[in-house]
Amino acid sequence: MSFIPHTKEDIATMLAEIGISDIEALYDEIPDEFKIGTLEGIPSAANEMEVVREITALAAKDKFGLNFIGAGAYEHFIPSVVWELTTRGEFYTAYTPYQAEASQGTLQLIYEYQSMMSNLMAHDISNASLYDGASALAEAILMAIRVNRTKDSKKIIMPRNLHPSYKAVAESITTKQGVELIDIEFNPADGLINTQDLDSHSDATALVIQNPNFFGSLENVDGLTDWAHSQNIIVIAVVNPIAMALLKPPGIWGERGADIACGEGQPLGVPLSSGGPYYGFMTTRGEFSRQLPGRIVGKTLDSNGNEGFVLTLQAREQHIRRSKATSNICTNQGLMVTASTMYMSLYGEQGLVDVAKSCHSKLNEFITAIKNLKGIEVLFDSERFHEVAICMPKSSKKIIEYMESHGISPGLDLSLYFPELENTVLACVTEVKTTEDIQAYVSLLEEALEVIE
Amino acid sequence: MSEEIILYTKDHEWIKKKGDQSYMVGITEHAQDALGELVFVDFPAINAEFSKGDAFIVVESVKAASDVYSPISGTVIEINDALNSNPSMVNSDPQGDGWLCIIQSENADMSGLMNEAEYKSLLETLDH
Repeated sequence: MSFIPHTKEDIATMLAEIGISDIEALYDEIPDEFKIGTLEGIPSAANEMEVVREITALAAKDKFGLNFIGAGAYEHFIPSVVWELTTRGEFYTAYTPYQAEASQGTLQLIYEYQSMMSNLMAHDISNASLYDGASALAEAILMAIRVNRTKDSKKIIMPRNLHPSYKAVAESITTKQGVELIDIEFNPADGLINTQDLDSHSDATALVIQNPNFFGSLENVDGLTDWAHSQNIIVIAVVNPIAMALLKPPGIWGERGADIACGEGQPLGVPLSSGGPYYGFMTTRGEFSRQLPGRIVGKTLDSNGNEGFVLTLQAREQHIRRSKATSNICTNQGLMVTASTMYMSLYGEQGLVDVAKSCHSKLNEFITAIKNLKGIEVLFDSERFHEVAICMPKSSKKIIEYMESHGISPGLDLSLYFPELENTVLACVTEVKTTEDIQAYVSLLEEALEVIE
Repeated sequence: MSEEIILYTKDHEWIKKKGDQSYMVGITEHAQDALGELVFVDFPAINAEFSKGDAFIVVESVKAASDVYSPISGTVIEINDALNSNPSMVNSDPQGDGWLCIIQSENADMSGLMNEAEYKSLLETLDH
């Protein structure tokens, strides 16, 4: 079989059939000013030998050390069997099944994933996944606007302690559609949403609550959810799935529960791998199922009464609804979801709780170890998960440079995203860090503080 | 317009006078037949205002979802709640129990709407 399905002869036959001379003629209707001849920064074609050499040289630049950067992507132990199974040909080679029902194994796996995710979030329904956590939030915002018919506004309250990249992606996707994203501040003392600022935005359509928030602090999710619902505001929860094994899941926040939950699925069995591929998850109440974007797998009976799996509620989707679909950019990250389903199956409910507890105790061990260092200040007096903001007595940029050159990435420089948080590093500790790792961090930080002017 | 007269749109909605300044709206037999068995009707909020020709309801069947366009400008004052539990009533009785909503309008503009004979001749052209 040819790798390239259309030979020159095939193409010539097809062009002759429709009566045009070359493929470019198909794009005649696009005005010339919108056509780009070359793409800046894209090199010319290379042969396999050249590519292998270049990629090998790039790979040699990878550094292997201790990484304490989380900020939305989390390093967890992934049992070997997860990717051993996920990369089996039956899962690995198939992209989205266009003849979906022919792939009963894939559909059953997605169905199990949806069931697990719904359970973890305490919601009725989950989609088959979205592109990533940030785009899942953008989709949740658009969904909230469709769902909330009591509000004419397209205002969305976006606390500043939300992941900055999520906000940037949500801005790119939603603001061109007339959505207004409203910043509200966090309290400098505890890093939590400043509730006094909320009341002036009671005309908003939706409130986004990230819990744990970007700084790792735990919000008063019950109070925030009840306030929003009392103002007919839809609550969008952005959560870490591992944390939900231990914390109250969105479906039971406050009296009525958050309306939509979304976030990054990477922590569930997907390696960090330089930032992707990851996947976004989204769950909601049953009554909103028709406004959920993305694919949904359902279980049914065939004409002989045998159990089977199908794609369901498809009238939401773009092959039927075109521009009025619930989303036109949602992709199901099938392979990542396969890994997550394996991961959750292996750990089980109690296993996930154990992972979350282990993360929490390791973080506390880390905080105890560093807070006594001279000049170090642990910011935000609140309960925490995964992350801690540390204010350094010297240039955070220099400290990060020094520590990275000695094999430890101490965390994310928060001043890059929050100018008011000068010389502050956001450090992350999960269950993979040992007491020795934490000691190595503390010793190197002490050394850095001495060495740096 | 008397209460017995039913008018039609080219998009296969029907409208008839329901009371003083209020009008009942639904989709036609032809529309329900083309859609197939309905599984869901997505209603607008009560008191939502629409202009003539706005897409204001979505009817969803097992194989398609289709917009329903408002035949007149006005305010939705009532929806057919019974369709929430039994949307296929639109299939069995599209111009009776399967009505969709009631629109209130002070000076309803009936221009461009067809009477039954005109609508029937439109359907005949579609058949060919």
